[in-house]
Amino acid sequence: MDLNIIWFVLITVLFTGFFILEGFDYGVGMMMLGRPKNERAQFVRAIGPVWDGNEVWMITAGGATFAAFPHVYATMFSTFYIALFLMLLALIMRGVAFELRGKFKSSDWINFWDGGIMFGSYVPALLWGVAVVNLLRGLPINSQMHYVGTFFDLLNPCALMGGIFFVLMFAFHGTNFLLIKIADAGLLHELKQKSICLGIATLIAYVLFAAIAALETDILSKVGTIIFLGASIVALIVSCAGAATGNGCRAFVASTLSIAFLTIGFFTALFPRIMVSSLMPEWSLNIYNAASTPHTLTLMTIAAAVFVPIVLIYQAWTYKIFKDRVTPADVYYH
Amino acid sequence: MDALILSRLQFAITTVYHFLFVPVTLGLSIFVALLETWYINSGSYEERIKLKKLVKFFGTIFLINFAMGVVTGIVQEFHFGMNWSEYARFMGDIFGAPLALEALTAFFIESTFIGLWIFGWDKLSEKLHCLCIWIVAFGSNLSAFWILVANSFMQHPVGYEIQDGRAVMTSFFDLVTNHYVLGEYSHAFFAGITTGGFLVIVVSAWKIATDEVSREMFISTLRRAVLYTLVGLLGVMGSGHMHAQYLAEANPMKLASFEALWETENPAPFAVIADINQEAGKNDFEILIPKMFTFMVHNSFEGEVKGINDLQREAQEKYGSGYYIPNDVRGMFWSFRVMIGTGGLMMLIVLFTACQVFFRRSHIREHLCCLKLMPLLLPLPFIANSVGWYIAEAGRQPWIVVGLQKTAVAVSPNLTAWDVWLTLIGFTAIYLFLAVLAVFAAVMFIRRTKITEEE
Ligand code: HDD
Ligand code: HEM
Ligand code: HEM
Repeated sequence: MDLNIIWFVLITVLFTGFFILEGFDYGVGMMMLGRPKNERAQFVRAIGPVWDGNEVWMITAGGATFAAFPHVYATMFSTFYIALFLMLLALIMRGVAFELRGKFKSSDWINFWDGGIMFGSYVPALLWGVAVVNLLRGLPINSQMHYVGTFFDLLNPCALMGGIFFVLMFAFHGTNFLLIKIADAGLLHELKQKSICLGIATLIAYVLFAAIAALETDILSKVGTIIFLGASIVALIVSCAGAATGNGCRAFVASTLSIAFLTIGFFTALFPRIMVSSLMPEWSLNIYNAASTPHTLTLMTIAAAVFVPIVLIYQAWTYKIFKDRVTPADVYYH
Repeated sequence: MDALILSRLQFAITTVYHFLFVPVTLGLSIFVALLETWYINSGSYEERIKLKKLVKFFGTIFLINFAMGVVTGIVQEFHFGMNWSEYARFMGDIFGAPLALEALTAFFIESTFIGLWIFGWDKLSEKLHCLCIWIVAFGSNLSAFWILVANSFMQHPVGYEIQDGRAVMTSFFDLVTNHYVLGEYSHAFFAGITTGGFLVIVVSAWKIATDEVSREMFISTLRRAVLYTLVGLLGVMGSGHMHAQYLAEANPMKLASFEALWETENPAPFAVIADINQEAGKNDFEILIPKMFTFMVHNSFEGEVKGINDLQREAQEKYGSGYYIPNDVRGMFWSFRVMIGTGGLMMLIVLFTACQVFFRRSHIREHLCCLKLMPLLLPLPFIANSVGWYIAEAGRQPWIVVGLQKTAVAVSPNLTAWDVWLTLIGFTAIYLFLAVLAVFAAVMFIRRTKITEEE
């Protein structure tokens, strides 16, 4: 394996970590919609200690893309300019809301901040779905690696379907996380119902999305992709079954696997390209023409090999420290 | 206005805004860690209750600030790709590495251990809990190191070569040991101590004046913060001076610009004030201290300092015709004086306060109205930080990477002015809105919280 391939794998790992971890954070944020104040507080408390660490997976995925595939970073971020702007607004609201919601006494303000968290959860989930699908579907990128389309070119039906699918998938995953984090029996029962409905909706969206993607992209031409997407769908079904039988742990582990297989399947479909040009296949950005030099790649490989495991260890330790379920009494504490 | 000017404006607004919170994080994290160390080593039961409340008190102020720092930082990370894609292509091989290392080594520990610290009071042993905030402080200061390694390369490129029209890294070691990093990092580190310490001074003074029941505890934090800030101020002055001397060799154009020295002189005078005429390349009016500039650079009254006009000629010989003088010499000149001025003023205030709290303790209670006015001084360190960056960044123009790439060619080619207007207005609006709310939340919290013996 050459360094470029190793880095493609590492970027896949970082995005997989990001979608799994931020996936349930976003999902928990989405589930706050329409819930009463004390339940929302429990949801926030469930992800309170970990959401910032999870968000850094996205920041690292971005930084690592910059270091390993600078052209991808440059083309991708300038292409999705308006979309990323919206996403940043959402993430700004969300981050500040987590900190400030507890500092205001009046219900109106708490509602406002919780609105910020919900906005900051739906919007990024949707936009990541749209962005990811567009990478694969192809974008008008010219020979200079510059995007020559407009913002509205990004909003094609296939990508929008991908966005909706991501929202549902993360909402489902987040609900499963709550199944293992909430102590209140009444609330748990309701969440279980929700999880089953969301699981079925996600499954339908998945099939629809896969059908459109099969028509519009070349995912069917790769055996690896088909295997991973298949595994992802199987995991999703196992997850639904877990929720239905009241086994929150199984539901969560299976939805985690489903997201992991989905991400891997998606990157296998891209390989060796990272951004597909719809104008001319040769103009696509791939792991060779978009990469850094061997010197930088070697350096970054060592850094990733040393630090990613360390990060995994102390983040796992954090989850262990905060493994207890959140009780309604906990939320008066902070 | 075109996409280039707007992108520059947007970058300046968002980074300066990010850097309002960053120094507080850098300095206050260490202060809170020191406080908590004091708490776990303290003896009597009453004292422990009060100290724990104090740690949580400053910890909460820290967290509000931290949240603002984090969300504004995410924008920075995206910025290089969104607005400066040609810069990212040209520099990615070098610039991406410290940025990715910053995330891998610093942001991860910062964000993970801050979660443990906030929610871990009852779940971790005292020592482990205290260790968490030390790790956060370490992570913050490490993140500053990496980003300043990146920034130092732009100011003074080392360990690279140009291949196929882009800069590639030849030595990571050279990148990290760039002499420029030493000056920039030490200066930013001490600026953080100063800013965090000054904030604690102001908050303590205000609480002493307005909150009778908590008064004793805040007198004790005031004493500690005064010493802490003093360290910061001495450090910032020493490192600033050292760095300015180094600029004479690393980037003489920047040095000459913020001193408005147009012609090469030996010995060169220091201009206290000047009416700068950039078009004519001279000062229309100036008040000079003879030989002083030479003394500041060479530690002796003998020695040459290069002037802007000569440096412009040299640059033209080296890079071809063009205008290589930073386009806002006047702004840089005054910014530098504002930075020195605010630094000096803070020094006076802190020394005066130190005399009061250490030698005339009983007098504090008779001067409560003065203490009550202290919050009016809070902008001082923030002004110094912002103008400091203005000098560093404006002094680099017209280059984005000195000698290698011009700012004008670095901007993303696919952006229209409308795109950038939209994001510029959007970011500024949400930043202003949230700043008001965050400051409001912090003030309400400070006012409400009492440090007493009750559990
Ligand atoms: C690693 C890169 C980097 C880093 C760490 C910083 N900057 Fe910078 N700065 C730039 C890279 C840059 C830039 C991309 O090169 C800009 C944008 C356009 C330009 O002319 O330079 C710039 C411009 C720029 C300007 C406008 C100057 C002008 O256009 O004349 C200001 C005031 C600042 N920055 C301030 C800051 C602050 C407060 C920072 C601390 C957080 C900071 N910079 C860190
Ligand atoms: C312009 C380049 C910069 C970029 C791309 C950038 C990026 C970021 C990002 C993405 C974060 C959020 C991390 C998290 O979620 O925990 C952050 C926070 C932070 N940054 Fe920056 N930053 C820049 C400039 C600087 C500079 C110059 C310094 C210090 C001298 C600095 C110091 C910090 C610190 C201490 C934090 C922690 C959070 C806080 O500020 O409260 N940054 N930055
Ligand atoms: C009083 C003596 C001071 C001197 C001689 C001094 C000197 C300097 C110089 C020469 C620069 C330009 C660095 C460059 O272009 O790379 C600078 C930048 C800066 N200054 Fe100061 N300074 C002083 C005080 C202060 C104070 C009191 C603060 C804030 C509390 C401060 C904060 C900054 C910051 C944030 C920067 C930009 C970042 C950096 O280069 O680290 N300075 N200073």
